[in-house]
Amino acid sequence: MSEKNYLQDLSEIKNIMNRSTRFLSLSGLSGILAGVYALIGAFLARFVLKDAGFYSYNHNTINPNNLELKLIGIALVVAFLSIITAYILTKKRTLKQGVKIWDTTTKRLLFHFMIPLLTGGIFSLILLNQGFYGFVAPATLIFYGLAVLNASNYTISNVKYLGIAEIILGLIAMNYIGFGLYFWAIGFGIFHIIYGLIMYLSEPKN
Amino acid sequence: MSIIKNINKLFDHRVRLGIMSALMVNESVDFNTLKDLLEVTDGNLASHIKALEKVEYILIQKQFIGKKTNTKYSVTKLGKAAFKTHIKALEKLIKNK
Repeated sequence: MSEKNYLQDLSEIKNIMNRSTRFLSLSGLSGILAGVYALIGAFLARFVLKDAGFYSYNHNTINPNNLELKLIGIALVVAFLSIITAYILTKKRTLKQGVKIWDTTTKRLLFHFMIPLLTGGIFSLILLNQGFYGFVAPATLIFYGLAVLNASNYTISNVKYLGIAEIILGLIAMNYIGFGLYFWAIGFGIFHIIYGLIMYLSEPKN
Repeated sequence: MSIIKNINKLFDHRVRLGIMSALMVNESVDFNTLKDLLEVTDGNLASHIKALEKVEYILIQKQFIGKKTNTKYSVTKLGKAAFKTHIKALEKLIKNK
């Protein structure tokens, strides 16, 4: 065996160690909690919409006062809570294992995840701005699915099924404009909980 | 003593190196995870696991998740020590060149 092979061996060892710990990082529990936050967010959004008169027969009574801001606010809080939860749970695990949380794998994961996600976020804001409210929910689902799919090479590979499911749901939602909130609750709430539960049950317990 | 002596012939294979690497940083890893991680076939992985188990470097634990059996692997103290020695030898060889 030549020197080059030894070097290769060492980098391979490092690589496997990095990738295998990443496997444990995004746990089933963080998926379940993200889903629960999303469902609570969807309920809140429904109240806000109801409050604005969206479910009344007389559309003249719709009061769009700050409605967009409120809905965007709810979405941002849900996203923020999910990220914080994932971060705390990952941090706890990495502390236990004595590995760094902010390594090249994490950076790569975030990079590949953020590009479709930010594109989708800006795209959705433009949709809102142009008055295409009905397309926002399908668009967020599709772009989120693409982001997850894109990131799946850098974390638990099973997450790609979640990504594909979100994309399909987003495309279906395109045909049912006006029910966006329900599709949103299914995609971000129920899908995350189901995925989290599957992951949680298959994770080795101590 | 020559450094070459510390190079463990048993680890002289990509898959075995991979199995050990994954087990070193995790409490335990199951079969399918190892398979995905190392991108090998069932048979290939199983034969290398057997080789490592034979010398008692790794431990096989069978458990139930619901009704399905789940086999997970962890590294033994002996395996940990052997792997550390091997890595040190590799690093030394590269440095000395």
